[in-house]
Amino acid sequence: MLEALLELRGLRKRFGGLTVTDDVSLTVLPGEIHAVIGPNGAGKTTLIHQISGTLQPDKGAVIFAGQDVTGWSFPRRAKAGLARSFQITCIVPGFTALENVALAVQARSGSSFRFLRPARSEAALNAAAHAALDSVGLGQRAGVMAGSMSHGEKRQLELAVALATEPRLMLLDEPLAGAGPEETERLIALLRSLRQRYGILLVEHDMQAVFALADRISVLVYGRVVVTGTVEEIRAHPEVRSAYLGEDEMA
Amino acid sequence: MRARLRLILPLVVLAALAAAPFLGFDSSFAYTVLSRAMILGMGAVSLSLLVGGAGLVSMGHAAMLGVGAYAVASLDAAGVTDALIVFPVAALAAGLFALLTGAVSLRTSGVHFIMITLAFGQMAFFTASSLSALGGDDGYTLYGRTEWLGTRLLENRLAFHFICLALLAGTWLLCSALLDSRFGRVLRASKENALRAQAVGFPPYPYRLVAYTLAGAICGVAGALLANATEFVSPATLAWGRSGELLFMVILGGAGQLYGAILGALAIVLLEEWLSHLLEYWRLAFGPLLILSVLFLRNGLAGITAMPKRRRPSGKPAALGQEADA
Repeated sequence: MLEALLELRGLRKRFGGLTVTDDVSLTVLPGEIHAVIGPNGAGKTTLIHQISGTLQPDKGAVIFAGQDVTGWSFPRRAKAGLARSFQITCIVPGFTALENVALAVQARSGSSFRFLRPARSEAALNAAAHAALDSVGLGQRAGVMAGSMSHGEKRQLELAVALATEPRLMLLDEPLAGAGPEETERLIALLRSLRQRYGILLVEHDMQAVFALADRISVLVYGRVVVTGTVEEIRAHPEVRSAYLGEDEMA
Repeated sequence: MRARLRLILPLVVLAALAAAPFLGFDSSFAYTVLSRAMILGMGAVSLSLLVGGAGLVSMGHAAMLGVGAYAVASLDAAGVTDALIVFPVAALAAGLFALLTGAVSLRTSGVHFIMITLAFGQMAFFTASSLSALGGDDGYTLYGRTEWLGTRLLENRLAFHFICLALLAGTWLLCSALLDSRFGRVLRASKENALRAQAVGFPPYPYRLVAYTLAGAICGVAGALLANATEFVSPATLAWGRSGELLFMVILGGAGQLYGAILGALAIVLLEEWLSHLLEYWRLAFGPLLILSVLFLRNGLAGITAMPKRRRPSGKPAALGQEADA
């Protein structure tokens, strides 16, 4: 049995009277894609926030690579190898694609309290950034302003940025949201190529993508993990059908 | 092409300033106006580093100017007048003031940041007003300018002109290098999208604090020059109106470019002089001119030179200081 890369122990979060995360425990193993699915408002993004450190849980612990990181800030967790992407595209629009990625490379290679040398001409930063862009298929678009890229390209760019931090675990919050069918296919192929190398916690609405990619799936309903299992187990689970898949069919 | 223009225009402006004394602008009045423009230009460039580079709109930047100026006055009162001591002390004092006030101010953002920097600026103003040893409200008259290795170099008008010019050019080059460095990249990224910078592992606070401190130290040097230029230091140096004036220089010039602050400072100081000679109630004309410039020069004076052939597709005004040509 592999040691879990990420372990959530009894996470709880309340917003006033509303319990958005209710005693959530789950693990992500190295090289595993663990998908979290659930209807709208189930608390998926809130869960991601607590894992990445943008929100503090009221109770419970986040264990990352054997360390309790519950009290750590968002940037500190990112530095430790916990990368996240955002549901709403999060890039620096006024930077080129290359500079967006180079910023991430810079975070893990030496101090950024360097004041006089132009960062743009640091060959080591640029080379690593180019490599990350190539790996997501944006190699030709390095010089383009990130703000003027297509939506799908921005999603790819976000992945390149996450990869460039050399993470151990990636938290992907709806990486396919808003992407067209072609872009979706490309992104799924890309995510598939990333499995094994990183642990991935994937939150996604596109069920086909989830069933194609995930090793294990947890179903979140009203902040609670209803069931965790393999793709087949989830497909067959009666409670899941009624709570989530059924609802989807009616919609 | 635009990258080249960004370099050429500021060089032309600096060259014009260098040539001015030899083109007939060598009256004592011309020297006074030009040195004032260059000194305030230094302060404005350092503020532009914060506004355009880090997205920190400080309404208390004149306090840095004032700390630098009062460093000159208090050293003068203590009998220390050598530039090799005076200028470093002015920079350190203003930097320290910026570090201490920045450590608190930078915990806030947006309007709160503007208000808290204004508050610290006012604190500095009232402290200066109550410094009875340095004249309090009446100010402190310097009976000689700062000395350079025992010589009265700064009292030579031409030499002082070029000292101001050299420090202005140095400030511009230093701030440009800062923004292009790794440090500046983190600063610019945090301004445009702080969440993104955090997501790759950069908490914005320490980078902003260092930028705030550096800008304060640079402005402190400008303050020391200002004290020498006027040979007089008073609380008016750090009145809040001065902070607004510096901010206006940055915005009029164009916060997207550091040299915009130089253009803005020159424009405002020269316009002020010109209008005040032309009209008794010149401020009546000054106000509308400023309003028109804000309405029609979205990217400031620096934006005129970089007029895009096509408008930005989204029609959105360019984010402050987002230049990042590959």
